[in-house]
Amino acid sequence: MTAGDTALTAVAARERAALQWRLRRSERRRGWQAALLVAPLLLFLLASFLLPIAGMLLRSVDNSELRTVMPATAALIRDWSGEGLPDEQVFATFATELRAAQQARALASVAKRLAYDLAGLRSLLMTTARNLPEQPAGSWRASLTGLDPQWGEPATWAVIRRAAAPLTPLYLLAALDRQQDAAGQIVRMPPERAIYVTILLRTFWIGLVVTWWCLVLGYPLAYKLASLPLRTSNLLLILVLLPFWTSLLVRTGAWVVLLQREGPINDALLALRLVEEPLQLVYNRFGVYVAMTHILLPFMVLPLYSVMRGIPPEYIRAAASLGARPLRAFVRVYLPLTVPGIGAGCLLVFILAIGYYITPALVGGANDQMISYYVAFYTNQTINWGMASALGAVLLIATLVLFALYARLVGTDRLKLS
Amino acid sequence: MTRHLFGGGAAGIATAALLGLSAGSAPAADLTVTSFGGTYQDAQREVYFEPFKQATGLDLVEDVWNGGVGAIRAKVEGGGEEWDVVQVEAEELVIGCEEGLYEPIDWDALGGKDQFMDAAVDDCGVGTIVWSTVLAYDADKITDDPPQSWADFWDTEKYPGKRGLRRHAKYTLEFALMADGVPPDQVYETLRTEEGVDRAFAKLDEIKDDIIWWEAGAQAPQLLASGEVIMTNAYNGRISAANEEGRNFKVVWPGSIYAVDSWVVLSGTPHQDAALQFIAFASAPERQKDLPNAIAYGVTHKGAAEQIDKEVLADLPTAPDNLAVAIELDTEFWVENVERLTERFTAWAAQ
Repeated sequence: MTAGDTALTAVAARERAALQWRLRRSERRRGWQAALLVAPLLLFLLASFLLPIAGMLLRSVDNSELRTVMPATAALIRDWSGEGLPDEQVFATFATELRAAQQARALASVAKRLAYDLAGLRSLLMTTARNLPEQPAGSWRASLTGLDPQWGEPATWAVIRRAAAPLTPLYLLAALDRQQDAAGQIVRMPPERAIYVTILLRTFWIGLVVTWWCLVLGYPLAYKLASLPLRTSNLLLILVLLPFWTSLLVRTGAWVVLLQREGPINDALLALRLVEEPLQLVYNRFGVYVAMTHILLPFMVLPLYSVMRGIPPEYIRAAASLGARPLRAFVRVYLPLTVPGIGAGCLLVFILAIGYYITPALVGGANDQMISYYVAFYTNQTINWGMASALGAVLLIATLVLFALYARLVGTDRLKLS
Repeated sequence: MTRHLFGGGAAGIATAALLGLSAGSAPAADLTVTSFGGTYQDAQREVYFEPFKQATGLDLVEDVWNGGVGAIRAKVEGGGEEWDVVQVEAEELVIGCEEGLYEPIDWDALGGKDQFMDAAVDDCGVGTIVWSTVLAYDADKITDDPPQSWADFWDTEKYPGKRGLRRHAKYTLEFALMADGVPPDQVYETLRTEEGVDRAFAKLDEIKDDIIWWEAGAQAPQLLASGEVIMTNAYNGRISAANEEGRNFKVVWPGSIYAVDSWVVLSGTPHQDAALQFIAFASAPERQKDLPNAIAYGVTHKGAAEQIDKEVLADLPTAPDNLAVAIELDTEFWVENVERLTERFTAWAAQ
């Protein structure tokens, strides 16, 4: 190797290094630009989607009421063994803070929180606060127990002790029809309160049935649309999308009118002498299925259609030329090719369906309400946001599990949303 | 094409949502009053809102809501200064008051508590209307021997056909007990015992298959009009409104349950003076006496009740004859028990 060659190699190495550095810099810049472009969406998702979900999950285990309003009692009762009754110091601190809380009008939140765990504690707390003497008659323990014997029961104090923990499993347990007994063991709810597992199963069942009917009705429709000339199919697609321009309430109301006892469908059935008595078609599960299937059908047709449009007709012709009858060609060639569309449509319809609230409320009976109905009830009517969040969390987790199952069976890479 | 159309639809929805939002946030007014909308708020506009604007020169802006103390909590906790005065139902009054969502009421500025009926007086709110949940039927369909009580409502042999009831434990349990022979004034006493609740559900079992449950207030007259049900419970104002549209619905007052809606001032409002001024204006007897002419609800000021037309009065929950056979909704009972009894009601419906 000559001296000249060495110099040349050194120059080349330097240039290569400089080039690499410039390349890295421009790549980094492009990376930043890409990040900047995505940033608004990312921030939007963070603020409008991820944070609220995190907030909801936190609220479902939040236990701050007692610790905020009665911090000293909360700290003291954590040291109580749970055997027998707490000592006089706990009673005295509790009485002082009870009075203070009532004067600050802050007692209601604690009273409500305790009543979630043990019915009747709300009125116990409120009446005790109203009748609390200035000075104890002997000991505070004697005074409180004298006001109401419930203060002499360990179960009452066990509830207060549980309410003093930083987090509580109360709402999540209740959403699964479970509760803690006085000893802290997890036990089943009594039958007249055990409703949410049934409602959760019902929610998924209604979602499945509606998804099934959407598929059965939507598949042939999408197939027909996909086989028509583009001009005609576009026109017909507008008809599929037309319901999106109509309010959900109007569509639901229209079904009530159609399906009711003296509605056109019953009138027609009676006139044709197909039935002798009007059928009960609405305010029951049937009405829920019909109205929800109608409302959710476009979400099935659109992904199916877009997948079917992408299937070259030559495949079917090839199958036929190889001797397959139409049915066999369909089952062996066409149907497998549409699986991504079926998967996407079913997933979309199912996930939308299990969140339904207003349609079952208007066309369903007392036994057809889905879980969102109870979320709304706790959020709006009783403002038990812990319970509302827990029901939401259970629905979210159950849905994620189902989605994971689906991804295992079908594969997310085979999902085509449009 | 698909995607294009779909995108267009989504954009349309987003635009509508934005328009809705901008329409919802009221401009800086002197006072925002929120009520339940519809024909009721039309009546309030005529009797209270417009005269108030003229009398004071203040800029009053209206908004509409559908109830639910959750909405109020969100407004107050969100630091929202959009709503100042809101009309709330009895339960929302009690829960919101305990949660500290309302400003205390200065009763001296309203002429003293004794000027109003007892059910209208609260530390956090001033009662403004009295409305009733009643038994209603179509007099064109039941022509002779009409139902007169909740016992008749339960009598499916004498009056065959479906019955409408609001899908809620509230009211339903009370009516069941009255149908079972509990005297109206002992209904809540009975419901406060476990046996009483059992008894109400046992009575409901008898007609479980004959009930069509409704959810929204407008559904009750619609169910009657379409012949879906032979009788139903309903809000009395809805029945009167249907009759003005040519229906011949009748109300059975014995065993009806009345409740009071109240004005409240949301806590933290910058317009507290104007808010109290408005409530005083709208609670004065010379204003209240005009409301029943516009809509069939009773009013709360004793002085106003005396000035109402005899004919109008007969259809109001506050008519002495109607009031004497009715009971007041026990809000305390429901605030305490609504979650427990709703769960039980749901479990019962699922059986």
